[in-house]
Amino acid sequence: MNWDFIAELAVCVTIVIGSVFILVGSYGLLKLDYPMSRLHAPTKAGTLGVGGILLASMIYSFALGDGSLHELLIMAFLFVTAPISAHFVAKVHLHRDHLKQDLPVPPKDPLWATKDTGGQPQPD
Amino acid sequence: MIGYAIAFGFVCVALAQIMSMIRLIIGPGVGDRVLALDTMSVNAVALIVLLGIAGGTQIYFEAALIIAMLGFVSTVAYCRFVLRGDIIE
Repeated sequence: MNWDFIAELAVCVTIVIGSVFILVGSYGLLKLDYPMSRLHAPTKAGTLGVGGILLASMIYSFALGDGSLHELLIMAFLFVTAPISAHFVAKVHLHRDHLKQDLPVPPKDPLWATKDTGGQPQPD
Repeated sequence: MIGYAIAFGFVCVALAQIMSMIRLIIGPGVGDRVLALDTMSVNAVALIVLLGIAGGTQIYFEAALIIAMLGFVSTVAYCRFVLRGDIIE
């Protein structure tokens, strides 16, 4: 039980966890029925999946002797941008697939994503 | 042991890439297609990082970073185009 074996085990476990999460995320993207549920599925691939594989890359580079933390940059970038792109895709779905009469009037202002519901903003 | 884990990871990520490509082709709405393209860019980052682990090198890091950044920018550009009819107003 030396450090090489522990590092190798950690790399294997993180690679397997990350790739299983990526597979589950894309399977959900293919399998689920409604667009909002499909939006929910690949977030697992975007955070835990890629995060696990990048963690494995970091651990492996430290085990090889020339450690580097470059992968933290990709991880931070993906974690910051994933909610923004999910928000945009949800706005696209709301914009394309719902009539504006079906939407409830939002609390503060009359705009729902890009649609004007025509209602008055409700006071707090 | 690490070779088996990397092979398993390659198989899983390649299957995930194929499934998101099927969703990109059949996807009923524009939002589904944009989401499938975003998922494909994220999976491509994972695939490139796995290639770097398999080769034991660090030279694939820049490619992974650039694909991550361009995937985000292209997702936002597609969504802006669908929402507003224009990307930079």
